[in-house]
Amino acid sequence: MSARYTATRTSLRTAGIMLIFTVVFTAVMSQTYRVTQPAIEASQVQEKMRLINEVLTPGSFNNELLADHVDIGPTPELGLDRGGRIYRARRDGEPVALILEAVARDGYAGRIQLVVAVGADGRLGGVRAVSHSETPGLGDYIDPKKDRDKTRPWIAQFAGIAFSDVAPERWKVKRDGGAFDYRIGATISARAVTHATSRALAYATRHGRELFEAPTGTRL
Amino acid sequence: MQQDLREVAWNGLWKQNPGLVQILGLCPILAISTSMVNAVSLGLATILVMALANLAIASLRNFIPYEIRIPVFILVIAALVTVVDLAFNAWLHELYVVLGIFIPLIVTNCIVLARVEAYAAKNGPLASTFDGLMMGLGLVWVLALLGGIRELIGSGMLFTGIDMIFPGLSPISIFGEDYPGYLIAILPPGGFFALGCLIALYNWINGRAAARAAARPRPAPASAPEVPAAP
Repeated sequence: MSARYTATRTSLRTAGIMLIFTVVFTAVMSQTYRVTQPAIEASQVQEKMRLINEVLTPGSFNNELLADHVDIGPTPELGLDRGGRIYRARRDGEPVALILEAVARDGYAGRIQLVVAVGADGRLGGVRAVSHSETPGLGDYIDPKKDRDKTRPWIAQFAGIAFSDVAPERWKVKRDGGAFDYRIGATISARAVTHATSRALAYATRHGRELFEAPTGTRL
Repeated sequence: MQQDLREVAWNGLWKQNPGLVQILGLCPILAISTSMVNAVSLGLATILVMALANLAIASLRNFIPYEIRIPVFILVIAALVTVVDLAFNAWLHELYVVLGIFIPLIVTNCIVLARVEAYAAKNGPLASTFDGLMMGLGLVWVLALLGGIRELIGSGMLFTGIDMIFPGLSPISIFGEDYPGYLIAILPPGGFFALGCLIALYNWINGRAAARAAARPRPAPASAPEVPAAP
């Protein structure tokens, strides 16, 4: 009887039971993963398209946008330290707009991730803050869903602007002597978004041709 | 059995309320209770996890060696939370975007492990599931109240974000458009203030009930059947 309860036996038994539990519950998790994966991917694609339709006029392009992209390496101009993906909108094969990710690192509370659409003519389509942690109720007006002004959200002022309308050195908030509005009490958020947008526009203008011409899936 | 279940419900909803008495689960309480909709949504996810975890542990309790019960409990809870997380991501994506990082945080919510250890490891599956539901409900009403208070003081609105769950509904503005909004209520300190006030209120209600019970005249000895009539 006492032989059954040696230290070795007990540890082997407990280890065995732990192993069985681990295997069983890992199986449960992987099965759930397999069942939910298609739905998760579908909703991610949907989420992306919803965002793209906010920064681009729906119907201004007719290519399979999510399948037409180039990947770029780390790009300090866009604030991307691990690279990113640029989508290309075309209409009947003609370039319409580039959709870039850009990150403003100088927000009030950490990084502000933006999606910026730049037309082939060098005009901004639209800008949206995808994720940020600016102060709720104060700096979060950079997200039109949180902006109290629903008819003319702050971030809408960038739509349709090009460097020919506002010279590059005037891409600042009005408080810094620039051309863009900001909300009193939260200048830093507005400043960060304005600068990041201007850098993204400059990048897209400078590299526009090569970004449009590279075959899809290329890593630049 | 019915008596037991009633006691389980009373413990979860009031006497041993996880939010107000056990103060287990501060992490989600303070992080997510910035609005009522967020708070209730995370609360419902927590109920689901608690009920499932209690059910799973109570059913398996005879196979779990005492020495390794804690790792096994954590394994089971983590697996269930992963399942809930994936399910939310797949079928309630809009809500998932908001609750995002908070769902995995249910694992770290001590209340789940506490109930598994204190109740499910010693009781049958049915009673344990009920205990999980009731403890979860106790947490949800506290979360809902807290979220409502913070949202109302912070922005003058109620039910912000309801359109993510029921697309037809929209938030209600209680204090009108001119309400300035007291940001502090939405920021983390506001969470502590509001929770403190709720706990104070809870203690006040309990204290008053106790005082009233003490002040009530004891029933006359003659009316108590077990006491023999005075000679």
